[in-house]
Amino acid sequence: MASKETVTRLSRIAYDLRENIVRMIGVGKAGHLGGSSSLAEIVTALYFEHMRYDRKNIRDPNRDRFVLSKGHAVLVQYAALIELGVIPREELTKVKTLNGMLQGHPDIDKTPGLEAVTGSLGQGLSIALGMALALRLDKSPARVFVVMGDGELSEGQLWEAAMAAPKYGIDNLVGFVDRNRIQATGPTKEIFDIPEIEEKWKAFGWNVLTIDGHDVVAVLGALEKAAQTKGKPTVIIANTVKGKGISFAENTAAFHNGIMSREQYDTALAEIEAARAALA
Amino acid sequence: MAVSNNLRTAYGTALVELGTKYPDVVALEADLGKSTQSVMFKAAFPERYFEMGIAEQNMTSTAAGLALSGKMPFINTFAVFASGRAYDQLRNSVCIPKLNVRICGSSSGLSDYGDGKTHQSIEDMSIMRAIPNMTVVCPADSIEVAKLMDCLHDYRGPVYIRINRNDLPLIYPEREEYHIGKVTKMRDGHDAAVFACGVMVSKALEAARELEREGISLRVLNVGTIKPLDREAVIEYAKGVRAIVTAEEHTIVGGLGSAIVEALRAERHAPVEFLGVKDCFGTSAENYDLILEKYGLTSKAIAESVRSLLVK
Repeated sequence: MASKETVTRLSRIAYDLRENIVRMIGVGKAGHLGGSSSLAEIVTALYFEHMRYDRKNIRDPNRDRFVLSKGHAVLVQYAALIELGVIPREELTKVKTLNGMLQGHPDIDKTPGLEAVTGSLGQGLSIALGMALALRLDKSPARVFVVMGDGELSEGQLWEAAMAAPKYGIDNLVGFVDRNRIQATGPTKEIFDIPEIEEKWKAFGWNVLTIDGHDVVAVLGALEKAAQTKGKPTVIIANTVKGKGISFAENTAAFHNGIMSREQYDTALAEIEAARAALA
Repeated sequence: MAVSNNLRTAYGTALVELGTKYPDVVALEADLGKSTQSVMFKAAFPERYFEMGIAEQNMTSTAAGLALSGKMPFINTFAVFASGRAYDQLRNSVCIPKLNVRICGSSSGLSDYGDGKTHQSIEDMSIMRAIPNMTVVCPADSIEVAKLMDCLHDYRGPVYIRINRNDLPLIYPEREEYHIGKVTKMRDGHDAAVFACGVMVSKALEAARELEREGISLRVLNVGTIKPLDREAVIEYAKGVRAIVTAEEHTIVGGLGSAIVEALRAERHAPVEFLGVKDCFGTSAENYDLILEKYGLTSKAIAESVRSLLVK
């Protein structure tokens, strides 16, 4: 069980990431605010506590890997890598610019610290599986973490990978489903409802855990259980709030890839500051 | 050692050799291992062989993950599925990050003559050629397969390898230096030039012998690498002739013929005819010769194209 100090530290970092996300999007420009903010605690728990990851040696063959299958939420990974010092902080204002290193979707050629090219949805779990197989062949202790969206679960390839990983008894692979229940054009229930997600993964042979994805203690606890599960992969279904922490962006498809006004931008930063201060 | 005339056997043999030399070589299969001959690798290195089931998209992105963690994966399936079913995975998971993934497009072209339209890849070279960072190779015989495979471990970036299903005559000179990107002059001539790849190289050599009896001298170029195409070599080999024919077991839209004319676009050059599948799907046939004849992919058709261009 994580100490109170650890939990406070991580919860605060999650809001640092949200602040970075808001600053990266800026005023009057479209950005994936909703699906990035919903991942702040999960990404924080991974990069700042759970993963074997040395910010000074980011190509270490034995590092744990983080693959963002829902590549459109890459702002949250940029936000973490900026806080780790892997991506220079001055890049924060240059997202999606010709001369910046932060592309609209993950590009390993342009950006240090990224592990795979994603964005065309449904491919990240397969890529993570390939990494996990390679690491096992090399007898590496490294593990692979992959985050999928709940909207993304309608991609068929993802279920091909879901079948393949248990076939190989892979246990150095942990998936997250960011269940924020809203996809690009509306609620998942209306757009493409996928009932019984937990039962589906179970039937495919996975160890399945369901948590509150904004509860750092729950995220760390699930990761610990996953680490102890041998012979099969674990998927953590994380119930989250799209746009978490930014009132006008919460639970709406409008900020899947929305544009903030100056007023909204200021509100977002003020709310994040207040939430962070309350954690002190 | 006697070389098999069968390109799949040559591929499987060479893959095992690569696996023996290099522990980072791994292979993935989508339940066609007996056809692609990836089973030879499975027998030699079971722990480095991944049977992914009939799921080409997952297989392709999984290969990307293996490559990202330092392996050199060979994906094996039919050309039509490798290039079509998993196109987006090749484009995004593999080619954008320039990964060292090798894609064996087996039973390519019309060479799976019995299975018909759905299994014959007539557009794979066009599709693969259009993706940035992809290298596209199409060996003419088993000797070229072996030479090509020997280059693959040191070569950087993704490579699409077009492998014919059938036995083909051994024509590549054993002692000829080979590298990826080479246009190999198989025979010199001064009246006309044929740029061919795959099975059509041996057909072009047959055509050259036929035309020689009529006093027509044919230059035969084996374009074993469609991309990156050695533009300077193509320009050089297109010089001094009065007719140019391209010959490919593939649609004439976007394949070898298109690549050759793209290379010659800023040059004065002889008139060009394309021999290939004329923008249509394949069909089932009793044997390989019959299907090649149906689509005009014969030595006679090459000779006839040369004659018609020369009288113009």
